[in-house]
Amino acid sequence: MLNRLKSSTGYFVLGSLAIFLVVQILLSTEILNNFWRGIIFWGAAITMVTLGLNLIFGFNGQFSLGQYGFYAIGAYGAADVTYRWVHDDPSGIVVVLSGILLSLLLYALVSTFLRRFHGITVMTKFSAYLLVTILAFWLAVQLLLPVLGPVTGTLLGALPEVVSQQIVFFIALVGGAGLAGITSFLFGIPVLELGSDYFGIATLGFTIIIKVLLDNTDTILPFPEMKGARGMIGIPQWTTWPWVFGTFMFVVMVMRNLLHSSSGRTILAVREDERAAELVGIDVNWAKILPFVMGSIFAGLAGGIRAHDMAFLHPQSFNFIQSFNPLIIVVFGGLGSMTGTILTGFIWIFLLEGLLRLYLPPGFETWRFVVYPLILLLMMLLRPEGLFEKYELPFLRRPLLPLRKKVTPKELEEVA
Amino acid sequence: MKGRPKGLAPEVEARPAVLKVRGLTQFFGNLRAVYDFNLTLHEGELVGLIGPNGAGKTTVFNLITGVYHPTEGSIHFQGVDLVGLPSYEIIQMGIARTFQNIRLFSDLTVLDNVLIAYHPHAGYSLLDSFLRNKRFQQKEAEMMAQAQDFLAIFGLDQRQNDIAGSLPYGLQRRLEIARALATRPQLLILDEPAAGMNPQEIDQLMELIHFIRDRFNLTILLVEHRMRLVMNICEWMTVVDFGEVIARGQPAEVQNNGQVIEAYLGRQTVDLK
Repeated sequence: MLNRLKSSTGYFVLGSLAIFLVVQILLSTEILNNFWRGIIFWGAAITMVTLGLNLIFGFNGQFSLGQYGFYAIGAYGAADVTYRWVHDDPSGIVVVLSGILLSLLLYALVSTFLRRFHGITVMTKFSAYLLVTILAFWLAVQLLLPVLGPVTGTLLGALPEVVSQQIVFFIALVGGAGLAGITSFLFGIPVLELGSDYFGIATLGFTIIIKVLLDNTDTILPFPEMKGARGMIGIPQWTTWPWVFGTFMFVVMVMRNLLHSSSGRTILAVREDERAAELVGIDVNWAKILPFVMGSIFAGLAGGIRAHDMAFLHPQSFNFIQSFNPLIIVVFGGLGSMTGTILTGFIWIFLLEGLLRLYLPPGFETWRFVVYPLILLLMMLLRPEGLFEKYELPFLRRPLLPLRKKVTPKELEEVA
Repeated sequence: MKGRPKGLAPEVEARPAVLKVRGLTQFFGNLRAVYDFNLTLHEGELVGLIGPNGAGKTTVFNLITGVYHPTEGSIHFQGVDLVGLPSYEIIQMGIARTFQNIRLFSDLTVLDNVLIAYHPHAGYSLLDSFLRNKRFQQKEAEMMAQAQDFLAIFGLDQRQNDIAGSLPYGLQRRLEIARALATRPQLLILDEPAAGMNPQEIDQLMELIHFIRDRFNLTILLVEHRMRLVMNICEWMTVVDFGEVIARGQPAEVQNNGQVIEAYLGRQTVDLK
């Protein structure tokens, strides 16, 4: 088994394990204080959001400004689940989990049903899926919650708190990511049909809508615990380094495996030439929705991680100006390079929120936002293809098949 | 059209029809791009569609492959009505096409270009690719091997890892045809395959077209301006002008058809004698 692993895989696993251990030791011995701990976790979260954007924009070619919207959904969704749990209310867990599972089930039914018809308009499709989603969550609240609520409460309550806390956190992360995924799916059906630029505008609108909704969670939405524009407080601070590392590696692995598969090639094909992709028999809509949903799930996961690190969420941190951050990072690191995104994401947070914040003289903090547009300008002038261009670590690189020895025409006939 | 063009071998007639286009009409606003277009292709035929620029040839191709949906008319492929189906389903049913101006996935490798066309036959699910299980490994290896065999047929196997956009023009055409064939079609539609080629490359292309027809048991429909190519390889042809069919027949017949000459060169108004 071991000798079948490629050396690049080995190096990657060893390298990431080493990073994991070193950071864990530095954190446990408090050589890195809480400030730097926050920076590392923040860097990981931003990088996950940006990896998602790279999948959507860099690999699939769909210009999106919606990443922060999904990041917000993941953050608030996950935070609400754990917040309610901490306040002895398992409803978050039940509704989010069963709602998502029911929606997925109903999506499968709807999609097999819709496949029988031809020439269905996008809006019909969208309405069908939207109705089904509403139905799923309505069922979850009205039917499943009264039954499963107490059961979940007692089951989890019977476990020691250390264990149940981890389980609830896991469910919260999955739930936040799932909510982001479902929203992006619904949003993607009508909007991905538009060309890339129009899609960008539409996603910008999406981010703004989410921000406005979050400002009013306690008035127009039934979530008084989110406290609207005052910001949500009292989220348990459960994010630890193993959780951050685990979700981060999960995102990297899923993205890599997706890109190295046949579906991954169709994603790239859509970026290269949508029309040509359609005319070699590829379902272009699916090849656009898939990375969009995956990228949003990554953002949702990152949101959950970030929320439980900060323990405080404010709609202002998800406004549309912020949504340019992942875009800047992804262009900086190189569109279509996972390695570039990973390194740039961490460096970005490390510099802007870490070093510059600490070492600029007091009162000059705001100068960060003069320095970085300047760097950005220089970058665009000097190296428009991004720091890492299309470079990938060997493990993340799509493998090239070795050439075969030249075949003679006669041998070819035998192949036939 | 009065019966089939003369001189066709009877066994071609007897073969089942692959594609039947009836009364195809397409308007773009008030512009009549195609009008009452009829075409029947039998298994194994090699048919040319010619006509002056803007006559509606490419529109016909786009209608057949579902890029546009016709205003009127029907398109039957192997007995199935194609009107209203999305392009990718039409392609998966067994129609493949190339483009007038080459549209490769130019930043990807030659091998990837072919592998993308194999996607509907990948044989593993999304979950398999996340888990990288045995099924994934096996099917992926199979696909790669198939694609390599395939490239070898077209003499591209030694360039499988080259970026498609970096290939010389002739090879790009070749790759585009290879990619179209990788979708496993029964009917291949070639849109001006010889555009931008020099005479020598055209000779190679003619050879290639004959070769693939026999090798993959294809029916081929092609649009072309280069008369040398069309006259040499097509069994019979249809001529369109302003969206309407103006002539049909074997190359020699069409060449001497008054209406065709008029369409290409204009009407003779003054008798020069």
